[in-house]
Amino acid sequence: MNALVKEPTVTWTDVGAVTDVPRRGARRVPSPRGDIAVFRTGDGQVFALIDACPHKGGPLSQGIVHGSTVTCPLHGRVIDLATGEATGVDRGTGCAPVVPLEVRDGRLFLGLVGG
Amino acid sequence: MTASRERLVVIGNGMAGCRAVEDILKRSPDRYEITIFGAEPRVNYNRIMLSPVLAGEKSFDDIVINDAAWYADNAITLHAGRAVTAIDRARKVVEAEGDLTVAYDKLILATGSDPVRLPLPGADLKGVVTFRDLDDVDQMVAAADAGGAAVVIGGGLLGLEAAYGLARRGMKATVVHLMDVLMERQLDSAAGFLLTEALAERGVETVLSAQSEAILGEDGKVTGLKLQDGRVLPCSILVMAVGIRPSTALARACNLPVGRGVMVDDQMRTGDADIYAVGECAEHRGIAYGLVAPIWDMCKTLAASLTGDEAATYEGSLLSTRLKVSGVDVFSAGAFAGGEGCEDIVFRDAGRGVYKRVVLQDGKVAGAVLFGDAADGGWYFDLMRQGADVRGIRETLIFGQAITEGLSGLDPSAAVAAMSDDQEVCGCNGVCKGQITGAIAAQGLTTLDAVRGVTKASASCGSCTPLVEKLLKLTLGDGFQAQTGPAPMCKCTHHTHDLVRQAILAQDLKSIPAVMQAMEWTTPEGCASCRPALNYYLVCAWPGEYQDDKQSRFINERVHANIQKDGTYSVVPRMWGGMTTPDELRAIADVADKFSIPAVKVTGGQRIDLLGVKKDDLPAVWADLNAAGMVSGHAYAKGLRTVKTCVGSDWCRFGTQDSTGLGMRLEKFMWGSWTPAKVKLGVSGCPRNCAEATCKDVGVICVDSGFEIHIGGAAGLHIRGTEVLTRVASEDEAVWTICALVQLYREQGWYLERIYKWMDRVGLDAIKAVMADETERRALYDRFSYSQRFARIDPWAERVAGRHAEEFNPLSRRLEFAPA
Ligand code: SRM
Ligand SMILES: Cc1cc2nc3c(=O)[nH]c(=O)nc-3n(C[C@H](O)[C@H](O)[C@H](O)COP(=O)(O)OP(=O)(O)OC[C@H]3O[C@@H](n4cnc5c(N)ncnc54)[C@H](O)[C@@H]3O)c2cc1C
Ligand code: SF4
Ligand code: FES
Repeated sequence: MNALVKEPTVTWTDVGAVTDVPRRGARRVPSPRGDIAVFRTGDGQVFALIDACPHKGGPLSQGIVHGSTVTCPLHGRVIDLATGEATGVDRGTGCAPVVPLEVRDGRLFLGLVGG
Repeated sequence: MTASRERLVVIGNGMAGCRAVEDILKRSPDRYEITIFGAEPRVNYNRIMLSPVLAGEKSFDDIVINDAAWYADNAITLHAGRAVTAIDRARKVVEAEGDLTVAYDKLILATGSDPVRLPLPGADLKGVVTFRDLDDVDQMVAAADAGGAAVVIGGGLLGLEAAYGLARRGMKATVVHLMDVLMERQLDSAAGFLLTEALAERGVETVLSAQSEAILGEDGKVTGLKLQDGRVLPCSILVMAVGIRPSTALARACNLPVGRGVMVDDQMRTGDADIYAVGECAEHRGIAYGLVAPIWDMCKTLAASLTGDEAATYEGSLLSTRLKVSGVDVFSAGAFAGGEGCEDIVFRDAGRGVYKRVVLQDGKVAGAVLFGDAADGGWYFDLMRQGADVRGIRETLIFGQAITEGLSGLDPSAAVAAMSDDQEVCGCNGVCKGQITGAIAAQGLTTLDAVRGVTKASASCGSCTPLVEKLLKLTLGDGFQAQTGPAPMCKCTHHTHDLVRQAILAQDLKSIPAVMQAMEWTTPEGCASCRPALNYYLVCAWPGEYQDDKQSRFINERVHANIQKDGTYSVVPRMWGGMTTPDELRAIADVADKFSIPAVKVTGGQRIDLLGVKKDDLPAVWADLNAAGMVSGHAYAKGLRTVKTCVGSDWCRFGTQDSTGLGMRLEKFMWGSWTPAKVKLGVSGCPRNCAEATCKDVGVICVDSGFEIHIGGAAGLHIRGTEVLTRVASEDEAVWTICALVQLYREQGWYLERIYKWMDRVGLDAIKAVMADETERRALYDRFSYSQRFARIDPWAERVAGRHAEEFNPLSRRLEFAPA
């Protein structure tokens, strides 16, 4: 949510209900900066990342979600959903930008900047 | 009652209101002249104990906190059964039912919450109740006395306690829950699964992922609940336990700042300096609480503020939850948020039905879920609240306070050395330290396996493996060798693929969570490696019965197309045995045009690949291919891929048999089957082998006298020629043999192990021996055909018909702005 502090013109946009995202799964939201992946973990946590793996841009929304990580469908990097960073042996090799996400009354709001 | 005393009025005779008064009296017994209004016509009681009252385990008298004498002794005026109707801040008076007006100097709002009522059709029928006060309990008890069925909407704490109580009173109780996990705010899916099972044992059925549509009734009385999928659950009482809403009407009407609840500062003061709010009706730093523990903290601060101690502040509370269902021990605290520095420690004991998970973040306890044995809940919660650094006790943390504190000191090996000989190391098998070190010394054991074999320590769930290894190291010093042996499935378990598969059959395990609990998985929900494997093992073990877990499949199998490097997909329809028709080719060409598919390629598997299809277009592309009679080619599947054939006796001057026909027959019978890894077949009409059958998983070389069946070929990462399995005389026998062989592989192969690797592991001779046994072979064939009854379903057609539509649609199309 640092972005919120730095960028005063954030608009929070309702993109759907938390339950629209399958548990241990993800949904995509197209945006002018490419797809955004919205994840929901087995424990009901939600996260949003730019839908591009730091390795070669694989669509993270299509990976298998386990715990609070997702395994990229292309070459199997394991990405931390909270930080967007590659984990394990790939730690430090890059990161998928985090998109500000808030839950209000069961709805998902993405933090976006004015267009 | 001297006139000089300030007048304190409390609205709400519930848990917060009365506790606030108790705390104030403790600090300053004579400061206020106190009046309490309560909408309920009774004295103050312990609301959380309504559950045991409903279950018949307690009576109302047992749960009264303050009886009439307490009000009298403390000179408190109680207006029970009289709701306050308005607050006049200008005149500093409250107005109550029955034309009563009382003036205040200080006012406390402690109005609690109102249960949420879903606005379903039929919600006003008689017999539709909520679960908040004694009147609700009385209604439920009356319904239970008449017998019949009860439905509870809402699988949270309250709903489950209501259902359990009604079941205890002899009703058939069903909980209908919107989510796929009970108490999903407090429990992870592993614990939720165990809870579902434990409730079923106590007569409470659960219907998960269920959306309620309407409440049905007759003569103004409820008769059932209709779900959106059309199911009707009959009932004579329906309890709505779907949440609570802070009761803020009074505050709103007198223009106090209200968010979700009545907003208060750290002194529990509202926007009006003389009005305070406490309990569930209050919102502090953005949070409105729904449990009593925070209320006690709030009341302390409130009492301090109202008795002149301005320094006291309320800073918010951490929460823990325990479910009050007899014999079901459930505890939950904190968050399970993942993220940087987060780590799970999981312990399962299948024998005792125990699941424990402690979440660590940056070396501190961030949350805990305990099921089946919640004795250490308080301890974990304390560690969490203190923010204690637990790195030093990490090794034993999950075993609880007794073991951890028994092991003094922070050096783990010192701690192990310090354990007494009769201290238990392996909870599953009841093995103490002395038995282990004794066995190591007496029998000269040097490996973990040897210790397991002799003492059974760490042979079950394996969670104590690190402790046993330390004991080995301690006893042997440098003589200790680290473990080698059959590799476990993945880092989530200590068990091998074979053991897990055996358990699935022997213990009738029919879901991924059931396997994880029975086999004592060490992670809450597995990983990207074990989940697809377990999903396959269950598909294979329980054809037609197991509900496939889509989220445990790799993307290609989830969306029935192959993901490409740019995130688009490729679509390969089946061409049975490599044969096609002008109509099929036209349809493929039309689809390519219609959806501007950038590339069309002939694959190495004798069919056509449409490459670069956008995910959102997949269902429409499939619909057109389906319309031309084509189905999925499973080019993405750990399952039957292609059956390559040559032209054979139909056309070729050397052809000995109808290799094309046999290939098509095999493909039409075997398509849709899931296997440990991909399976490719080839049928060549003569030993010239134009279909490259001798580098396929299963190959057939037709000869004059019949069919030579080959197995174990591959031409990928490793080039492997096949070995001959057997020769058969007829086409029928060829089909039976191949299906039986593939079934044997389905049942024995480890996930991702291709046929040649399986063959190397178990030995060609062993495979030959099974296949030579006529009854075995027949049984394998029968199991394969049975399972194919549920497998030969075109996944594309199902998706075209709308299955998993969410997979192909973006969540939202409305974004015009870029992410911040
Ligand atoms: C399309 C195709 C290449 C082509 O343009 O011809 C192809 C394409 C892929 N092959 Fe292949 N293989 C294709 C025929 C083959 C063949 C030839 C054959 O089947 O006769 C082989 C060698 C035979 C064999 O399988 O042993 C082959 C050996 C592999 C391997 C190595 C397997 C191994 O065990 O060593 C892989 C990797 C894997 O499966 O893990 C692979 C994996 C792949 C994947 C699925 C890679 C991936 O995971 O994304 C490619 C995706 C294709 C797509 O998106 O459609 N492909 N691949 C062929 C599709 C056949 C079909 O109609 O279904
Ligand atoms: C069945 C059940 C089981 C529970 N189990 C647990 C548990 O295990 N653990 C846990 O921590 N919590 C549990 N809770 C929640 C807990 O009971 C509440 O958090 C707690 O009672 C809230 O206290 P309160 O004083 O804010 O509200 P309440 O206890 O509801 O008191 C509010 C009172 O104000 C009265 N009132 C409202 N408006 C007016 C008005 N205008 N005039 C006069 N009076 C008014 C109401 O009638 C009510 O009596 C349970 C709740 C229920 C219903
Ligand atoms: S050979 Fe390699 S690059 Fe070519 S299709 Fe197969 S996997 Fe892809
Ligand atoms: S693009 Fe994600 S691992 Fe390569």
